[in-house]
Amino acid sequence: MLEKALVGSKKYWIWVLFLLSIIFIGFLCYLYQFKVGLGITGMSRDVSWGFYIANFTFLVGVAASAVMVVLPYYWHDYKEFGRITILGEFLAVAAVTMCILFVFVDLGQPMRVLNVLRFLSPRSIMFYDVIVLSVYLLLNLLCGWTVLHAEYKGTKYPSWLKPFIYLAIIWAPSIHIVTAFLYQGLPGRHYWLTAIMAPKFLASAFSSGPALIVIVALLLKKVANFDPGKKAMETLSKIVIYAFILFVLFYLFEIFTAFYSGIHTHQVSFKYLFVGMEKHAEWAPFMWAAVILAVIAILFLAIPALRKNETTLALGCIAVFFSCWLEKGAGLIVGGYTPTPFETITPYRPTLPEIGITLGVWATGFLIMTILYKIALEVKTSHELIVKYEGVLYKK
Amino acid sequence: MAIKRRSFLKLTGLTLLGSTLSTIIGNLLTRGEVKAKGYTQSPEALVGKRWVMVIDVKKCKEGRSTCGAKCIEACHTLHNVPLISDIKKEIKWIWEDTFEHAFPEQTEKYLEELFHGTPFLLLCNHCDNPPCVRVCPTKATFKNEEGIVMMDFHRCIGCRFCMAACPFGARSFNWFDPRPYIKKVNPEYPTRMKGVVEKCLFCYERLAQGKLPVCVEACPEKALIFGDLADENSEVNKILRERVALRRKAELGTKPSVFYLMS
Amino acid sequence: MYNTGKVMFFIIVLIIFFTIPVWLNWGRLEAVPQPELPKEEKKCIESKEYMRAYHMKLLDDWRKKAIRENQRIYEASDNEKYTISLQRTCMKCHNNKEKFCDRCHNFVITHPDCWGCHIAPEVAQKWQ
Ligand code: HEC
Ligand code: HEC
Ligand code: HEC
Repeated sequence: MLEKALVGSKKYWIWVLFLLSIIFIGFLCYLYQFKVGLGITGMSRDVSWGFYIANFTFLVGVAASAVMVVLPYYWHDYKEFGRITILGEFLAVAAVTMCILFVFVDLGQPMRVLNVLRFLSPRSIMFYDVIVLSVYLLLNLLCGWTVLHAEYKGTKYPSWLKPFIYLAIIWAPSIHIVTAFLYQGLPGRHYWLTAIMAPKFLASAFSSGPALIVIVALLLKKVANFDPGKKAMETLSKIVIYAFILFVLFYLFEIFTAFYSGIHTHQVSFKYLFVGMEKHAEWAPFMWAAVILAVIAILFLAIPALRKNETTLALGCIAVFFSCWLEKGAGLIVGGYTPTPFETITPYRPTLPEIGITLGVWATGFLIMTILYKIALEVKTSHELIVKYEGVLYKK
Repeated sequence: MAIKRRSFLKLTGLTLLGSTLSTIIGNLLTRGEVKAKGYTQSPEALVGKRWVMVIDVKKCKEGRSTCGAKCIEACHTLHNVPLISDIKKEIKWIWEDTFEHAFPEQTEKYLEELFHGTPFLLLCNHCDNPPCVRVCPTKATFKNEEGIVMMDFHRCIGCRFCMAACPFGARSFNWFDPRPYIKKVNPEYPTRMKGVVEKCLFCYERLAQGKLPVCVEACPEKALIFGDLADENSEVNKILRERVALRRKAELGTKPSVFYLMS
Repeated sequence: MYNTGKVMFFIIVLIIFFTIPVWLNWGRLEAVPQPELPKEEKKCIESKEYMRAYHMKLLDDWRKKAIRENQRIYEASDNEKYTISLQRTCMKCHNNKEKFCDRCHNFVITHPDCWGCHIAPEVAQKWQ
């Protein structure tokens, strides 16, 4: 089936070339980082994780969210999702690949990465994260590819695949729960030390991931004549908004606990993020942008008339996506590291090479997604043509 | 002879798998090739079950105007710790800070006034229940049987999970190659390289030679006291029995091994 | 297979290309490395053959024992005792890394990362 990715319209190739050039720039930036060290980023002794890990965390969520289209289809036999499950599975493949790349570019000694496998340390959550993510990647590749291959041949997928599909469904939340555990078990980082971290992660994932699928599906409808099905889009957008409202609620619960209890250490991170402290307010604009986007998203998606309108649906989903991205990308890491263990503030600002590498990884993910989606859509449409062709033949 | 793409890919996969396996088997086979009669500790080594440090804050303050922070200098020159002026990328094993920064949860007007101008020496707390050790994905940081939280620089992959886990800000990361920032080198001890985490190791390499940690030795006021907490008759036990000592962020349950004598 | 002839031709060209060094150096033995051995000392920690073949295993074991198990004395098979240290033991006898370790390593193209941290004697001399 791979050959389907090698033929395409001019638009397709321009898009691929565009992604490739961004990947190339990112790669050059990475070479620079590899040579000089992680010092070329904005990270510091006090804020020792930054943009890379933030994007990693966000993308784990996107990957996990594939379950929101796979589960209804396979588990509840919700036929309407038949056309978009493959989008979900391949989105997961692209997202997990990006996750792995983000962790890799964040390592100080990338040449030693295999030490994680050589010296297994089951007390570290990172150990479980590695297992969970790599198995999830394999499961989604296997399920997506086999089902598509069966469709390509015009048969139903083989029955041995069923257990793997179910396993992938059960597995999906685990990747984000384990990722939340990376953070929520650390003493002394009050912004992270909360049991609601995992549910909050899942809620934001199950809104931002499907939101991305909605956006992509609407785009594909425009550029590739792919019809996801009206009913499917409606159900999916409902999933987006319910999950998003849950996410916003979870966030507000945290704010309640911090401020009603009056415990100082629980409040400082929120204060720094939203209003700034000691003349430092680097991230306040981004956090307020997230709030405004959240309001827009809820307005556009909770009102049925607006949700059914494709333009406002798309805008609402874009708002959801960026709101979640800002909360995890800007807020989560910076909030966890601010204030420092000495109750001081060290501002963090990503540098240009750091952003270049980040964009390069995103472009790699989009390239993988483009290729996989191209194959999937070609297989689906070629199938239809034959039916029509035969139909025409019959008429004659 | 016609090879299909599928079988070609399968063959490639098998070849890769085979070569990985043979490397692993080769490594296992030569594993026992070390000829040693044995490994021992040197007879003069200081041995303990739980090394701790007690810092006499009052003495430290009294001597601070004249001592020139010899403890810090001695440690940093002995261990080739680079001097980096950018505080965002700096590396330190032992340093001094104010009361508010050392004990941020104790901030209270009168305490702050009381300790105004008092230097507090901060270093790795060598916690008895260390979160950094829990999170390390390669066991590069671990607690040895003498209670020292160790770093194995040979394993560190630079993921900085330990820095996120440490509630005391005791760990530093090599953002760049540290060598250009080391003016005077101690040829007996290694430097580090870019991309690994480092911190104070309670001079375990000096204990093995029967010497006290270099900061303890360097302090002219004898404000730093080092000993084995597991030994009932040790000096540290005697002092802690008699005087009021605080540990940083004791409420987190990491059980730090650095005590600050406050009275 | 399509174009069998052409494919075979290019495979042979490639093989020849990648083995050029072998053909050019056929029968010559100049390139064998000549590490400079210490003049004052008679023997190494273990036998010469053993050291040549297994010094990397020994070093790996050394650092594991010294750092992870706190055992800092190595008792060799001839009962001689050595303090475990790359810089303070090996390099006190082999006091020039470039003329000793590197001569072999360049030959077998292996570049252990040890010297990113451990300070070779000649580097220490230049530093001051
Ligand atoms: C007491 C001094 C001394 C120490 C310490 C020492 N060596 Fe040696 N080493 C020698 C001598 C002398 C020879 C040559 C032996 C011979 O010719 O039989 C030698 C030979 C070798 C060889 C073989 C060279 C060849 O030409 O085949 C290697 C490899 C080696 N040493 C590595 C090491 C390593 C690694 C260490 C530290 C673990 C070390 N040596 C410590 C004195 C020393
Ligand atoms: C007689 C030649 C010779 C000498 C002298 C020598 N080595 Fe080696 N060394 C080798 C060979 C051969 C290898 C194996 C390369 C391989 O397996 O790819 C090796 C491998 C190593 C490795 C493992 C490298 C890896 O990537 O796993 C280390 C560490 C090492 N040597 C350290 C030293 C040190 C330190 C010295 C100097 C004190 C030294 N060697 C001197 C020949 C030598
Ligand atoms: C990231 C920096 C780093 C690298 C790379 C590194 N080491 Fe080390 N090594 C250290 C430090 C720091 C110590 C601790 C020294 C001490 O405590 O006395 C050490 C200790 C050792 C010791 C035992 C004690 C001593 O004083 O020498 C051995 C043996 C050793 N290293 C061998 C190696 C070998 C062989 C390599 C290369 C394969 C290597 N190291 C690479 C930093 C490094």
